[in-house]
Amino acid sequence: MWLVVVTACVACYLLKLAGYLVPERVVSGERSGRITTLLPVALLSGLVVVQTVAGPGGQLVVDARVVAVGVAVGLLLLRANFLVVVLAAGAVAALVRAVGWG
Amino acid sequence: MTEAGPARNAGTGKGQETPLPAARRREVIRQAWSVGGATGAYGVSFGALAVAAGLDVWQAQALSFLMFTGASQFALVGILAAGGLAAAPAAVATASMLGLRNGLYGLQTSLMLGATGLRRLAAAHLTIDESTAVGIAQPEPPAQRLGFWQTGIAVFVLWNASTLLGSLLGNAFADPRQLGLDAAAAGAFVALLWPRLRSRDAAATAVLAAFVALVSAPLVPAGIPVVLAAVAAVVVGLRHPGRHERPLEGGDGILTGSDPTP
Repeated sequence: MWLVVVTACVACYLLKLAGYLVPERVVSGERSGRITTLLPVALLSGLVVVQTVAGPGGQLVVDARVVAVGVAVGLLLLRANFLVVVLAAGAVAALVRAVGWG
Repeated sequence: MTEAGPARNAGTGKGQETPLPAARRREVIRQAWSVGGATGAYGVSFGALAVAAGLDVWQAQALSFLMFTGASQFALVGILAAGGLAAAPAAVATASMLGLRNGLYGLQTSLMLGATGLRRLAAAHLTIDESTAVGIAQPEPPAQRLGFWQTGIAVFVLWNASTLLGSLLGNAFADPRQLGLDAAAAGAFVALLWPRLRSRDAAATAVLAAFVALVSAPLVPAGIPVVLAAVAAVVVGLRHPGRHERPLEGGDGILTGSDPTP
């Protein structure tokens, strides 16, 4: 686990440092700029799906997490704070499970 | 904080520059620390989710101290929670791709800061959404540098302190699933994604990425669906020229299209 942690930390630091060392023209293409901006959107969207409906073996399951994410989206529509959204999602799933579903 | 001095002096090689009036200094420092307080607090949720994912308190802390970039940290522990060590390569790849944007910020902040040597290494580490946002939002160069350094330090200190609090709290509970921590992680990813969905390109990317992850999840090992979802950014980025993302704007300490963690 330490190897994973350190490798990921080094990679992220080198990417930050690259911005200070690489001449801007190397990376400032319009297309590459657009792709880099959209990259977090794609990754986070993929993470939402996997974290919400993927079971232990990758099979798709509908359980308490789906309800929790629905509540999270509702709260975000109401402009709720990040921490409120995260806590509410956890609490809703815990409740749904306590009632015996998902 | 000793960084206030260097931030003010960093521009001495670039011709004369009027020092920042005391009132403006206080204003910038106040803005930096209020952004730091708001953002740093979210480290609690990261710490709790990290220990739920099987990391120990030290490993969670190492991520906040050494990686220090929120979305990447959440992604790394989220994928490790789902796929264990077998998913480690995908977890590292996803965290790195999410960290790529910091390099882009660095292109701008390096010009703004003019830092060299050790100070440049430190500046790179503190290059995150918030420090970049507060820095570029200031009109005058000395305030830009002060804003960057103060915000970076504020978020770093508070993010690390709250990570420790979160991981200690998380450790106190035996069954993370009973507490809904897996759903809390899903909620965190939605909340990280939400502010980025401001353009049609972003929305199209999100839908395509979700579809790719949904279809591939049953077919490939844990972690890989997220890496495959990255293709959506390339597909949408190469099409539709003209519907651009807005350029970086600092505003009130929040970058356009950034999420609420470092």
